[in-house]
Amino acid sequence: MDRAGARVNRLPRWFVAALTVGPATGLAVFFLWPFVTLLAEALSGEAISATLGRDATWDVVWFTTWQAVVSTVSTVLIAMAPAYVVARFDFRTRRLLVGLLTAVFVLPTVVMGAAILALLPESLDRTVFAIVAAHVVFNLAVVVRLVGAMWEHLPTDMEAAAATLGASRWQVFTQISLPLIRPSVIAAATVVFLFSFTSFGVIRVVGATGTRTVEVEIWRRATQLGDIGGAAVLTVLQLLVLGAGLAWSTTAQRRHSRALGLTLRSPLRRPTGRGERRLVTGVVAATFAVAGAPLVALVVRSFSTPTGWSATAWTDLGRTEIRPGIRVGVDPWNAIANSLVNAVWATLFAVVVGGLATLAIAAAGRAGRVLDAGLMLPLGTSAVTIGFGMLITFDAPPVDWRASWWLVPVGHALIAVPFVVRATLGVLRSVAPDLTTAAATLGAPPVRAWRETVVPYLWRPLAAGAGLAAAISLGEFGATSFLSRSGGETMPIAIERLLGRTGSLLQAQGFALATMLAVTTIVAVAVTDRLQAGGPSAGRDRGSS
Amino acid sequence: MIATNRLRVLAAGTVLALVVAACGSDDTTTNEGGDGSVATGEPPTPEITTAPDTTSDTTAGDTTPDTVGDDRTAAGVTLVTYDSFPEADTSLNEALGRFTADTGIDVDILVAGDTGTMLAKAALTAGNPEGDVMWGIDNTFLSRAVEEDIFEPYEAAGLGNVPSELTDLVPNADATPVDYGDVCVNYDIGWFDERGLEPPTSFDDLVDPAYAGMLVVQNPATSSPGLAFLLATIDEYGADGWQQYWQALGDNGVEVVESWTQAYYERFTWAGGGPTPMVVSYGTSPPAEVIFADPPRDDAPTGVMESTCFRQVEFAGVLRGTDAPEEARQLVDFLISEEFQQELPLNLFVYPANSSVDLPQEFVDFAVAPDEPRTLDPDVIDENRSTWIDEWTELVLG
Repeated sequence: MDRAGARVNRLPRWFVAALTVGPATGLAVFFLWPFVTLLAEALSGEAISATLGRDATWDVVWFTTWQAVVSTVSTVLIAMAPAYVVARFDFRTRRLLVGLLTAVFVLPTVVMGAAILALLPESLDRTVFAIVAAHVVFNLAVVVRLVGAMWEHLPTDMEAAAATLGASRWQVFTQISLPLIRPSVIAAATVVFLFSFTSFGVIRVVGATGTRTVEVEIWRRATQLGDIGGAAVLTVLQLLVLGAGLAWSTTAQRRHSRALGLTLRSPLRRPTGRGERRLVTGVVAATFAVAGAPLVALVVRSFSTPTGWSATAWTDLGRTEIRPGIRVGVDPWNAIANSLVNAVWATLFAVVVGGLATLAIAAAGRAGRVLDAGLMLPLGTSAVTIGFGMLITFDAPPVDWRASWWLVPVGHALIAVPFVVRATLGVLRSVAPDLTTAAATLGAPPVRAWRETVVPYLWRPLAAGAGLAAAISLGEFGATSFLSRSGGETMPIAIERLLGRTGSLLQAQGFALATMLAVTTIVAVAVTDRLQAGGPSAGRDRGSS
Repeated sequence: MIATNRLRVLAAGTVLALVVAACGSDDTTTNEGGDGSVATGEPPTPEITTAPDTTSDTTAGDTTPDTVGDDRTAAGVTLVTYDSFPEADTSLNEALGRFTADTGIDVDILVAGDTGTMLAKAALTAGNPEGDVMWGIDNTFLSRAVEEDIFEPYEAAGLGNVPSELTDLVPNADATPVDYGDVCVNYDIGWFDERGLEPPTSFDDLVDPAYAGMLVVQNPATSSPGLAFLLATIDEYGADGWQQYWQALGDNGVEVVESWTQAYYERFTWAGGGPTPMVVSYGTSPPAEVIFADPPRDDAPTGVMESTCFRQVEFAGVLRGTDAPEEARQLVDFLISEEFQQELPLNLFVYPANSSVDLPQEFVDFAVAPDEPRTLDPDVIDENRSTWIDEWTELVLG
């Protein structure tokens, strides 16, 4: 690819450095430092030889890897259809569909896993097939949003030209669209791989009893057996495997990215013609079925009791006194409020840090690549390790942060930043350099030229990333589940508490709360989308299309 | 909550320091902590109210005088606990509120995860703990907790009301027994009635082909009731005999799942609409089924196989390295007081350790806690846990 244009307009070094400093510091303080502290504390020759000498270790590593590969390939293949439809077509339920997929992404695995099991034929229950199916359903949103964010920016004229010249829809896809969106496909695949590789909840709920990924084994060693050393060794193993994958993916994304002459936003259009209408309807219906069925199952279970149907779970929701004198101490409204506050902060952190990081990565060459890979690491690092690392790192002044409320959203942001970066970077790299060159020719200094030409493309992918960040926070992903908490429970925690106790009313309320979490997520995603639609790029949108 | 409280404490402290430095009047600062959390007005003489029979070891173990001087403006303690402990809004929290009202000691609740996670964290932070008192280490984890040296020994005032079979578990007063309960096989009464089948009564019955495929248990590697059930079979058949028994259980179609929630709410005929009419749960599950029934009912839908019950005892203790040792001890005293203990049954569904507490009627009617429950020495459990689990995994899942 021709970088000459970029070189002429190279951003000043200080500017790139300034962009890099924030994300790099955040990563160093909140990830690397705790991580290294824990390893230093826990790793020992004895732990290493004991863990590496155990046959089970290698079985677990092998199983983890291959199920992750199968899950990733399946997810990407299956998700391409809804990604295409969502990126290209305007249909009435579009926003709802994206929200729904995202809701599935965040719902507690206990809840979703049960629903997925209920939908699978009995013979496939608790098999690897069930695990893969669950990973596909959970991660559809990742692909649809990450790939969609890029696809939306692809100008439609090339596709249209190819179609005019007689190419079939399939040919257009494989020969025009796919090569162009490949960086974002690789990006999405990377994220899905990381998620499947570090899968925890799905494995425990859907897998055969005793099935273990490295993540499950780390958790079991650290928390159930008190073998922190063994857990640390496994964390390093996990990172080594992932590091190899990441290195490949980062390079591949760069290699395949090219200047595309992106539009700010290709116009969505209503499907025309019978074939196209049928295609869109079919894909939308299938996606709704896959993502909607588990949610319907949730709603149904919130109304069911061992002896029949009842709406008490809903009518009594939030009534503190369940029976005279007996309260459960779960306040759904409070839980929603707590979750939302966390989500707002986490999204804010993630978007600011992720946005800066993307700009830095795109501008900074080799250092950028290091930052890029570094920011992905938290996604692939065991939550136990980060959580415990934070616990023993931030434990004395001046960094006595163990009980700080903001550590939770920071932890969420750590997981969410890679999504923001993945959603944005592909688009950013594809901004045609001649735009910037033109601006420079017209007399704009490099920073200004960059601001005028590159930054406008950021809003939409940033919004996609923000949606996922909010979802990640609402679903309480990652290290925070291993941070101690005080000051009230969030939705996922309240759900888990209700489902961890005996009593039909509590069970039904758990499912009622899960339904509310799903609705909250759908609304949050729709709001982020709309914020963006009304954001700074909206006016330009019209101008360019 | 805790963050804001600490902030307030900090702010109050700073303000106080400034005021002292300026030798000004303190009218404006004192009425700030009206809710008692800051306890501004408290004189700097810590009233050593409780624990009149203070034992010698508490003073000897007092190795961390890291608070400078004795000007403690804030008497607040943090209670570290497991995730089923309610954070707010229950009668349990109200009892803690009364403790605060009586003593001026504010209690913050810090939820650390499940019991294993809580202990792992405490072990990592031993000496510089996340809080001051820990609630909920059980007898399967007790030895490790003591070995990791997370507690500061303290003999609580009022321990006389706790039966000796509980206090005997902690001869050095490392921790204080606070409650107990049993993990037992539960069965769906209606299911057995419908089929005119008598529910089994012994471990041997469970391998009888008449009950084939009727039991779901949890993986002891990842679930606390699962481990308790395995320990119960080890208690029954011995360290060399349980393997054979599990072989037979497997042949008789026992189902193993990962967690209690899955077992109870997915597989159990009564609560999950599943296929298995027997499930490993708690001796106090039946009263919970009555209390939280929808629609309300006054008989229990599930019963308990008494002979399978394995005793779980939970402990609380002062965390070593606390910066409020005196307040922490006061809190431990309160935790075994009648006032607090009487709230345990209907909040945590456990039996109070304090034997002078009257049990609620639902417990009397429906809960089961055998006089002679199965149990194993905490040291034996800790020593063998890993081996037994590995062996079990090989045998049952392998």
